[in-house]
Amino acid sequence: MKPEAGTKEAVQIARILAGEKELFHELIRPYERMVYLTLFAIVKNETEAEDGAQETVISAYRHLASFRGEAKFSTWLTTIAINEGRKRLRKAKGAAEDSIEGLAETHEGDYTPAPLTDWREIPLEELERKELRETLRVAVAELPDIYRQVFTLRDLEELNVEETAEALGITPGAVRVRLHRARMMLQKRLAPFLKITAPARRRFFERAL
Amino acid sequence: MKLNCKYVWEYISDYIDDTVDAKLREDIERHLEHCEICSAILDSTRNILILAADDRTFELPVGYSGRLHERLARELELS
Repeated sequence: MKPEAGTKEAVQIARILAGEKELFHELIRPYERMVYLTLFAIVKNETEAEDGAQETVISAYRHLASFRGEAKFSTWLTTIAINEGRKRLRKAKGAAEDSIEGLAETHEGDYTPAPLTDWREIPLEELERKELRETLRVAVAELPDIYRQVFTLRDLEELNVEETAEALGITPGAVRVRLHRARMMLQKRLAPFLKITAPARRRFFERAL
Repeated sequence: MKLNCKYVWEYISDYIDDTVDAKLREDIERHLEHCEICSAILDSTRNILILAADDRTFELPVGYSGRLHERLARELELS
C-alpha cells in the first residue's frame, strides 16, 4: 500500500462517519479481493467465503466508528474477516477448531525442500501456466489450516509480518515459522512441475520480485 | 562461514523476505554461487511466490464484486 493511502482513508472514514455513507463503497473497493481470500483461506468454500466477505464488509461499516486508526484499516478489516471466517467454521464443524495450535514451532528442519534430483525425473513436457496455477491452488487448499492462513495473508495479500501476527493473534515469530513451513511444503509439492521455469536464472526473479 | 545445504534451507524463507542479517546473507550467497541444489530450491520457491501473487491464480467468483456492492447498498439505505 502506498504511504498516502492511510491519510486518504482517514479522510474518507471521517466523511463517512459524518454522513457521506455512500463513500464506504469506495473505501472498501481496494480490499474486496483481500477480504475474500482471507475468508476463503479459513472456510475453504466459495459460497461460504463470499457470504462471509459480505458479512465482513457490512460489519466493518456498522463498526466503523470504533476504528481508531491505531492499526491500518486493512489490518482492522482483515481481523474482522478472520473472526467472521472462524465463526463460520465453528458453526460448520463444531467448536473443535484451532486444535492444531499446539504444533511445535521450532525452526527445526521438519520440512526439507525437494532436492534437485526430484525434478530431473519429471516428464519433460512443460505444464501449461494454467495447470500450474491449478496445481498451486490445490496445494494451498491442502496446506494445514494454520499454514494456509499465514501464507494467504503474507504471500497473497502481502500483509507484513507484524500485520499478519496482529490479525491472526499470534506472535511475529510464529508467523515467520509458519510461513517458512508453508512455503517449503508448497515448494516440495510443486517443484516437479517447475522443471522448465526453475533454471531460468535467478536474476530474472530478483528483478521480478 | 561455510554453510551446509540443510542450514541454508532453514533460512530460505527469511532470505527471500530479506530478514537475515548482512553476514548470513553473504554466507548464503556464497553458498548459492556453487550449490546448484540450493539455487534451484530458491528459484522454485520464488517462482511459486510469484505465481501465488498473480491475481489469475486465486480468482474471485464471477460477479463477486457486484453482489458485494449490492448487498452493501441495501445496508447503507437502511442505516
